[in-house]
Amino acid sequence: MTAPTYDLGKLHGGLRLPAHKRESTTELIKVVPIPSRLVLPIEQHVGSPAQPVVGVGDRVLKGQLVATPDGEFSAPVHASSSGTVTAIEQWPVSRRFGETAPCIVIECDGKDRAGPVAAAGDYRKLDPAKLLQRILDGGIVGLGGAVFPTAQKLMQARTCEIDYLVLNGVECEPYISCDDVLMRECAAEILSGAQILMHALQVNACLLAVESDKPEALLRLGRVLAELGDERIVLKQVPSVYPSGGEDQLVQLVTGREVPSGGLPTDAGCVVQNVGTAAAVHDWIVNNEPLISRVTTVTGDGVNTPVNIRARIGTPVQDLIAFAGGYTDRATHLIIGGPMTGKSVNTDEVPLVKASNCILAVSGAPGAGDELPCIRCGECALVCPVRLLPQQLLWHARADDDKKLRDFGLTDCIECGCCDLVCPSHIPLTADFRRAKGRIRELADEKARADRAKRRFEARSRRLEQEHQERAAELARQKSSAKTAGPAAIAEILKRKQKKGESE
Amino acid sequence: MLTAVLIVASIALVAGLGLAFAYRQLPAADGDLVEQVNDLLPQTQCAQCGYAGCRPYAAAVVDGSAAINLCPPGSDDTIRRLARLLGKDVIPLEQAVVPAVAVIDEAACIGCFHCRNACPVDAIIGAPQFMHTVIESECTGCELCVAPCPVDCITMRPLS
Repeated sequence: MTAPTYDLGKLHGGLRLPAHKRESTTELIKVVPIPSRLVLPIEQHVGSPAQPVVGVGDRVLKGQLVATPDGEFSAPVHASSSGTVTAIEQWPVSRRFGETAPCIVIECDGKDRAGPVAAAGDYRKLDPAKLLQRILDGGIVGLGGAVFPTAQKLMQARTCEIDYLVLNGVECEPYISCDDVLMRECAAEILSGAQILMHALQVNACLLAVESDKPEALLRLGRVLAELGDERIVLKQVPSVYPSGGEDQLVQLVTGREVPSGGLPTDAGCVVQNVGTAAAVHDWIVNNEPLISRVTTVTGDGVNTPVNIRARIGTPVQDLIAFAGGYTDRATHLIIGGPMTGKSVNTDEVPLVKASNCILAVSGAPGAGDELPCIRCGECALVCPVRLLPQQLLWHARADDDKKLRDFGLTDCIECGCCDLVCPSHIPLTADFRRAKGRIRELADEKARADRAKRRFEARSRRLEQEHQERAAELARQKSSAKTAGPAAIAEILKRKQKKGESE
Repeated sequence: MLTAVLIVASIALVAGLGLAFAYRQLPAADGDLVEQVNDLLPQTQCAQCGYAGCRPYAAAVVDGSAAINLCPPGSDDTIRRLARLLGKDVIPLEQAVVPAVAVIDEAACIGCFHCRNACPVDAIIGAPQFMHTVIESECTGCELCVAPCPVDCITMRPLS
C-alpha cells in the first residue's frame, strides 16, 4: 500500500470534539428501498433555483431531468426513481427552521425503470470544456454540505492557475461518518472520480486528505491507490481537529498555503472537492448515473440503530429514521447536518437532499445554557481557526459598528461554532456573527444600488447638459450664418436652382 | 534665554503663516463634506426633500439651511448616519415611505415619452409612439414618473 504522508501546514486553534462516529460505522452501507413518494426540492444547490420541466400528471423515469438549471450558478434536478408527478408545491425543507420551498412530488411506481441516457464515452478523449458541461448535466454539486455546483466551481478554477486538486476526506464534524464509510467501500470510485476531475481541470497533482481517526479508510485508499499505480495522487493524513475539513483550513493543512482574506482556495492554487462528489462524478461520467442518491449517516441517541445508508435523493427523512429502527424515547431534536453546522428542523417530513450528509436525532440541544456577560477570558480567540477575535467582534456586532467589524475581519468568519462551544458564558457568538454578516451584506447591496443610481443620474445630467449645449450651439450657428451670409447665400441658392432647371 | 525666546517665537510665526496660507489658499473642506453627505443619501433623486436631487439636498444640509430628516427613502438609518457624520441630534423622519418600484401597465401605455423624460436615472426605456417599460433593477422608486403620465398607467409596487 501507499503510505500516507504527514508534512503538514499548521492550523490555528480548532477543537478536539467527542467524535460519536463509532455508533454508525460498525456496519456496511445499507441501501434504503425506494420510497412510495419522492419529494425533490428544485433548489438543492447554492445559486438560483432550477426550473421544473415536468407537469403534474407526467410520467417520469429514473434519471430523467425534472428541473433544468436557470442562470449562471444553478444545477439540474433528476427524478430519483420512476413514477408519476403528483404535485409541484411548497413542502417543508431543511434549509432553515420551519421553512417551505417549491418541490416536485413524485408518486413512485416501484418499478425503478431507468430512462435512456446518452453515454459520455471515454472521458480521457473528451475536451475538458465538454467534460465540464457533462458534469453540469449530471446535477452534481458539492456533497460535503455546501452544495456549490461542481461544474461551475471547476469552470471558475479553470480561469486561474491551479497546482493541486485537493480531495476532502476530512469529516471533522462529530457524528457524521458517511464519507468515512464511502472511502472504505468505494475507494476505487473515489480515485476514478479524482482522475476525471484532474482531467477536467488539466492538473497533474491530487492531494487526498483523510483524517487520522479513520484508519480503515486510510488503509483501503492506500491499497487501491497502490493497485491503481497513479503517482499523481498523494494520500495525506491530517490530524483530527475540528474544523480541519473546512476548505480554507484544509488547503492550509495539506499545502501550507494560506487562502487570502476574502479569497478562494483557487487564489492559493487549489480546488477542493469532497470525496463524495468525486464518487458522484465517477458514477455519472463512467456509469451514466446522475446524482440521484447519496450516502448519509442516520445517527444520534435519538435513533435505535445508528447506520450509514445509501438513499435516493427526495426520500422523506421519516422513512430513513424508520429504516434506522425508529426514534428512541429520548429523541427531542432533529437536525439535518452535523451538530456544529447543521440545521434544526421541526418536522421529519423534510426530504433528503443533496446537501444532507447527516440526519441527527438527539435527546437535548447541544450547548444549551443561560447566556451570561462576556468575561473577556479570550478562550474564543484561542480556538478560532481563522485567528479572529470573537470577543471583540461580539462587542462590535452588538453595537452595529460595521467599520470595526470589517476591520476585525468578520467576513472571514467560517461560522464553525468553536467559539460558542468554549464560551464559559454560553454566548451564542456564531448566531450574532451570522446576523451581523447578513446585515452588512444588505447594507452593501443598498450602497451598490445607490452608487449605480448616482452614476446613472450623473450620466443623464451630463447627457442633458451636452444636448442643451449642442442645441444652443446649432441655434447660434444658424443665427450667425443667416446674419452674415444672408443675401449672398440666397443668391447662391437661386443660382443653383436655375442651373438645375437648365440641365433638366 | 533670549535665543530660546526667539527660536520659539520664530517657530510660532512660521506655523501661523503656514496656517493662514492654508486657510486662504487651499480649497474649503466643505466641498468634501457635501460629497460625504451625498454618499450617505440613497441617490433616488426623488426630490421628496424639496431639493432638485440628492446632491443639492446634501449641499443644503451642509450649509445648514435644511434639516437632516427630510429624506423619506433613506429612512431612519440615513438620519442616524447623517447625525453621526455632522455631530447633530437624531430626529425622527418627517414622513416615512415604503420602498417600491414603478410598474407601467404596458397595455394602457400610449408611448407619450413623458415618463421617460421624468426619470432621473434613465430606468425607463421606450421610444415616442411605442410602449415604454421600467427596468426594475434600476428603478429607485422616486415616483417622479407617476405624475407626468397622461393616462395614469404607472403604479408603484411595494417591494416585499
